[in-house]
Amino acid sequence: MSRIFLLLTAAVTLLLSACSDETSHSRGVYMLLDTSGTYTRELDKAQQIINFVLAKLQPGDSFAVARIKTGSFSEKDIIARVTFDGQPSRANLQKRQFREEVDKFVANVKPSAYTDITGGLLQAIEYLDEKNPGRKTVLIFSDMKEELAAGYVREAIPLQMQGFEVVALNVSKLRSDNIDPREYTDRLTHWRQRIEAGGGSWRVLNDLERLEALFVD
Amino acid sequence: MSFSELFLLVPASPLLSGLIWLVVGVGLLYLARPGAHHAIAAASRLLHHACKLAASSVLLAEQRLKQRNNEVLLAAGREAAERIIEREFERIDASVQRDLAEYPALQRQMSEAITRLEQDYHASSEVPPEPPAWAKVVDAVAKIAPREPVVGEILQDIHESMVRAQRSAIEQYRNDNSKRHRILSRMMPLWRRVARVLGEMDKRVTHLLERSTSIDRHMASYEDILSRSPRAERMLSSSSLTQFFIAGFVLAIAIGGAVINFHLIARPMQEMVGGSSFIMGYKVANIAALVIILVEIAMGLFLMESLRITRLFPVIAALDDRMRVRMIWITFSILLLLASVEAGLAYMREKLSQDDASLVASLIGDRQMAAVAANQWITTAAQMGMGFILPFALVFVAIPLESFIHSSRTVLGLSAQGILQMLAFLLRLAGNVFRHGGAMLIRLYDLLIFLPLWLEERLHARKKPAVENAVVTEGQS
Repeated sequence: MSRIFLLLTAAVTLLLSACSDETSHSRGVYMLLDTSGTYTRELDKAQQIINFVLAKLQPGDSFAVARIKTGSFSEKDIIARVTFDGQPSRANLQKRQFREEVDKFVANVKPSAYTDITGGLLQAIEYLDEKNPGRKTVLIFSDMKEELAAGYVREAIPLQMQGFEVVALNVSKLRSDNIDPREYTDRLTHWRQRIEAGGGSWRVLNDLERLEALFVD
Repeated sequence: MSFSELFLLVPASPLLSGLIWLVVGVGLLYLARPGAHHAIAAASRLLHHACKLAASSVLLAEQRLKQRNNEVLLAAGREAAERIIEREFERIDASVQRDLAEYPALQRQMSEAITRLEQDYHASSEVPPEPPAWAKVVDAVAKIAPREPVVGEILQDIHESMVRAQRSAIEQYRNDNSKRHRILSRMMPLWRRVARVLGEMDKRVTHLLERSTSIDRHMASYEDILSRSPRAERMLSSSSLTQFFIAGFVLAIAIGGAVINFHLIARPMQEMVGGSSFIMGYKVANIAALVIILVEIAMGLFLMESLRITRLFPVIAALDDRMRVRMIWITFSILLLLASVEAGLAYMREKLSQDDASLVASLIGDRQMAAVAANQWITTAAQMGMGFILPFALVFVAIPLESFIHSSRTVLGLSAQGILQMLAFLLRLAGNVFRHGGAMLIRLYDLLIFLPLWLEERLHARKKPAVENAVVTEGQS
């Protein structure tokens, strides 16, 4: 009798393990916050976006928020990171803690002199590749004007972005853009080309009333 | 060498090349005419016969299917009729046992009432007052000496005695009458009781008669089915279709209930099994919720089977009564347990929803949450109630499911029959198209080579008079 029971248990375990789904159905979101110059004054909008993303993410999803500063290719620039627990109640608790961490950062942030967007993107790629979620999204809250300190090599580095979706948020127009709007469009076109050359997809979302569009499948 | 180079026999003139090709082609077609005609006719005959054969086979299959369908339909109808008649007999048996078991008591009540009525009747009969026996003596004394004063006194005494006796008799008579009236008035409830008992008996006998009429009706349809009459087949077929649609409709309602049930427990299931694991692309929590609902439906089926309301599993129907009753209690207990679990999950769902809503409100900054939360207990109670009731409501799915399964056999059979009929028709049509198409192709072939054919006809026409002339000349010589 016990042998039959053992055999049955083994068969059921084998069947369940054969049926178990190895494909990842989770979503990974990495958000880059530009903290250079006057952009720190826009961080309340970034908080709004972070809260929206937190509200939308499900148990099992991953979320990280990192700052863009002079050199952004570093784990130290990640302000908060979390992979939500499978239990919804624990995931909600993690969301509350995450928000507190972000609020603390926004309250004490100091502006940086340079803007290393490429470094931030490389860090995002590394983080999301490590997590390996089903859908990888990088949100960039910046004016997309990269300013590198002397000695930082970024332009020659290709971005490996297969399966990544990059969304530029609240891309504000600079004073020089107002004088020559081509600068603005050229900047966006440059980034689009870089992302698409790396195999990723590119979108710009300036209207924060339409944040729902972030999670449209 | 390209096609254009091959085609242009005269490179300077494509038209001339085309004409040459046309002449060559027509010539070749003319030469190949008898063979081509035979080939086309043979091909069309072959296809026509093949289609005809296929149509016959399909029709044969359709006939077999029809026969099989009828057998299944009649068997199902017979079984249903037997079941109904069996139930009717069970009811009659119960009715006879219940009503006629009381019959001796009723009869005793009746005879007691009748005996008392009889006694009362006898007691109430009127006894005529007896005439005084000494009246003749008085008459004789009066004739002895009419002028004697002693006699007069005696007579006076007698007269007074008689008056007293008369008064006493009248008094007695009145008392007797009063007694009789009392007895008669006491008979009234007895009469009413007899009438009530008789009415009750009449009602019970009428009920039995109604049942017997119903059995007669069912027996008539059962005999119809046994004799395989077309009327029975038509009725069963129509009944099956009606059952199919009604059961389908009720099942659709039940599916709606199951979907609501699923949504009630799927979210809290994530707390139990996690919300981020998947099996074959589906969330494990959703699968677990679905499994709970399916187990509830299965338990409902077993409960209905054990109660002998449905007959989907012959093994359960064949169980002895003790085991069956045990099974009823076991399935009912599991259902109760699952219903309680669902009520708990529904409660947890509400708590999770509140937690989600408060989180979203804190993230988005919505301050209207508190106002909404005031009446939250109503939805909590409603969800818990639904979580508890829906598993029991799903138990009754077994009844339409049984009807659906039984009637779907007939409906599928009829559909297959219709498809086969349509296929046979299409095959016959295709066969005719091939036959007439072959004839048409032969005509078209001749149309393409009409010029050589015309020339041939002219040559024949010219040769024919010459031959006729030669025959006539030979005859004259």
